[in-house]
Amino acid sequence: MAKQEFDLIVIGGGPGGYVAAIRGAQLGMSVALVEANHLGGICLNWGCIPTKALLRSAEVMHLIKNADQFGISVKDVSFDLTKIVDRSRKVAAQLSGGIKHLLKKNKVTIFDGWGKLTKSKEIVVENDGKEIATLKGKHTILATGARARVLPGLEPDEEFVWSYREAMVPKELPKSILVIGSGAIGIEFASFYNDLGVEVTVVEMADKILPVEDDEISGLALKALKKDGIFFHTGSVAEIIDKGKGTVKIVKAGGKEDDKGQTITVDKVISAVGIVGNVENLGLEDLKVEVDRSHIKVNQWLETAEPGIYAIGDVVNPPWLAHKASHEAIICVEKIAGSKDVHPLDPNLIPGCTYARPQIASLGLTEQACSEQGLDVNIGRFPFVANGKAIALGDTEGMIKTIFDAKTGELLGAHLIGAEVTELIQGYTIGKTLETTEAELMHTVFPHPTLSEMMHESVLDAYGRAIHF
Amino acid sequence: MPIEILMPALSPTMTEGTLAAWSVKEGDKVASGDVIAEIETDKATMEVEAVDEGTIAKIVVPAGTEGVAVNAVIAVLLEEDEDGTDLSSFKPNEEKIPVQPEEAKSPAIAEELPVAAQTNEQVTSETVTKQSGDRLFASPLAKRLAEQAGYNLSDIRGSGPKGRIVKRDVEAHRPTASTTKPPSVSRSLSGPSAKELADLLGTTYREEPVSKIRGIIANRLQEAKQTIPHFYLTIECELDALLAMRKQINDSDENIKVSVNDLIIKASAKALIKVPEANASWNGDSILYYDHADVAVAVAIEGGLVTPIVRSAESKSLTTISDEMKDLAGRAKTGKLKPDEYQGGSFSISNLGMFGIKEFSAVINPPHGAILAVGMGEKRPVVKDGELAIATMMSCTLSCDHRVVDGAVGATFLQAFKGMIENPLGMLI
Repeated sequence: MAKQEFDLIVIGGGPGGYVAAIRGAQLGMSVALVEANHLGGICLNWGCIPTKALLRSAEVMHLIKNADQFGISVKDVSFDLTKIVDRSRKVAAQLSGGIKHLLKKNKVTIFDGWGKLTKSKEIVVENDGKEIATLKGKHTILATGARARVLPGLEPDEEFVWSYREAMVPKELPKSILVIGSGAIGIEFASFYNDLGVEVTVVEMADKILPVEDDEISGLALKALKKDGIFFHTGSVAEIIDKGKGTVKIVKAGGKEDDKGQTITVDKVISAVGIVGNVENLGLEDLKVEVDRSHIKVNQWLETAEPGIYAIGDVVNPPWLAHKASHEAIICVEKIAGSKDVHPLDPNLIPGCTYARPQIASLGLTEQACSEQGLDVNIGRFPFVANGKAIALGDTEGMIKTIFDAKTGELLGAHLIGAEVTELIQGYTIGKTLETTEAELMHTVFPHPTLSEMMHESVLDAYGRAIHF
Repeated sequence: MPIEILMPALSPTMTEGTLAAWSVKEGDKVASGDVIAEIETDKATMEVEAVDEGTIAKIVVPAGTEGVAVNAVIAVLLEEDEDGTDLSSFKPNEEKIPVQPEEAKSPAIAEELPVAAQTNEQVTSETVTKQSGDRLFASPLAKRLAEQAGYNLSDIRGSGPKGRIVKRDVEAHRPTASTTKPPSVSRSLSGPSAKELADLLGTTYREEPVSKIRGIIANRLQEAKQTIPHFYLTIECELDALLAMRKQINDSDENIKVSVNDLIIKASAKALIKVPEANASWNGDSILYYDHADVAVAVAIEGGLVTPIVRSAESKSLTTISDEMKDLAGRAKTGKLKPDEYQGGSFSISNLGMFGIKEFSAVINPPHGAILAVGMGEKRPVVKDGELAIATMMSCTLSCDHRVVDGAVGATFLQAFKGMIENPLGMLI
């Protein structure tokens, strides 16, 4: 079997890997992409995209249930779970096919199999236990992603305990669900199942839900989701008592041993307690690549300790977000190509989004982080209830919060909760990336009537100049 | 392996300069020591010599390029046994290559010299060249931070896309005394700016941008006057004996023409050695007392002034000082001083006697500890031995940095100086 040589070899075809491959090809490199399962990775097949399709169905359901509010009478509302799940799978399949086309268009050679590095930094690709190719690359990028963290006693079993994977393709609707973990994934599933009429309980070990978000936003999210009927136990942990009976005991985290807690009975448990990097069986043991708690250590240019080997996306440091992986791909490949116009990724410029109802979106520092850093800040807030478009939409729950450095006017953070804020956040992201101060945002004309006007008003409010509130 | 010719540092503090002219063209053979280019800094023009032997394969930075960073590749030399094809394997250190100004654009380096992986996009360079009048690209935040810090944006190197100045560049900027922005300081004085006032009152004027040298002078003097606690001591010196000795010296050989100023340099140097406490510089957490008297002399040049230095003037003969001063002043006027000829020193002399100025006080030129302002020598009525007499007198005012030179030290120095002037034979010993 002849050895095939490439300028760039990418292992993993998710939003980090396929973007790296396309960018490499654009820069004139010969590129190979090795993918064991699905092009598009978890994001496209089992993550971001299919869940957005599910949440859209839930949102439509919610609107129809509340159609009366808009003067529309709807009778005998029902849904077909199989069709909802089918639609979600079709959306994923359509996009995965699109990735294949894009890679072919860019003349990236795709290897369908498991890529593993040898001591001499060659890559052996295996499919069904058979070696199908040996590749030699000048540069190799590991973009192998991550998988759900499994806690002892909460191993997914397809029956009682679900991971995100099972939760995305339910065959029938459970009556009640316990979601363990209130990060973006946990909250999105909680919101989805709640909108379909399932009784949902969420257990979170931290003292607040959506632990990475600003305290105030997290509090508003809790309030809104509770109002919609979800039960929450923060600062708590769950322990399965009896899988057959569906009994789960919820006790205070770090509490006393005699804490009797509260025992509830549920049909299913969704474990959403974070991720671990896919670092096994890649041949890393024989190389200088360093792994720290299941994630590969890289420098600001995504270089591992082994020359010529790079790593990007979920398999490296957080935040574990698809768009962060894609951006790292660009930085990594352009750096390899010798571009000078490439800069390390600034974590404060990576927006984060949660697609529950209400949506949550954030960028930069939270108010708590600012005060921990001793920054003197100006904070602006504007509520949805004072925005014309929000009222017209019938979606008046939410707020836009902005944080500026009091001395320099630097936009330090933006924290949004409410309808469509995941689409709005990008306005602040562009501004922050261009290093805006409050002045340019104040001078920007926002179209009326839009939700985006609240972005303007929040900035004005940070300087005591809000017009409509 | 092709040899990179780098932008030289003409002084320890130089960070960039103008590549004024090339004395060679591509294809020329050069030997070690051949002059290949001229480099200009704010004060001086220097010739760059070839260090190695070979053929100029490529001129990377065209003549007339301003703001070329020290250690940037300015040309590529091929050794004897190499031909042009060796260039294909040559990877320039792009980080150091400045973007060329519009008018001097030659094919971009990235197109001709392949980078590690062949790219079909032009790789842009990190450094930017600042042409006066060019638009400066800076983020709003960078502009505000620079304004708050009092930096001049044109002194800051941009590292953002296409050389845009961003926050990290302002934060990384370590201004030297000469790069803090003078307008922001001067404008902090209350009231409208000169221009606002002139426009308001309808006063007509001609406006000229501040030249680099004027900006440096403005900054240094403003800093000196604001940070150095000056005090002033004036002394009268009788010149008749000195003038008589000068006449004797100059009459002794028609090729010798020692000036009064040369004698003042010598007298100052001797006095500095005699009063070493006055031959000193403030150094923040220490004071430097110099072993030699390096005397700087203010020379007016087009658009400003420079202070070339007569090193170890205490041990130089009058004719040496005279010849050296003529050479330094001449080259100062044509901008050909080397940085080490005007940087440093412990003491300066400013002489406005030839303009008929009787007496004045000067601003200390850091790092000097003092400056002597020399007035005109003129015949004045004086009292000698209880009788009115006529003598040629000269008023000299010493400005002292009180952090290093106290009143008594300054006065002792002036006494020693006066002694040298009035008993000039002491200078010759």
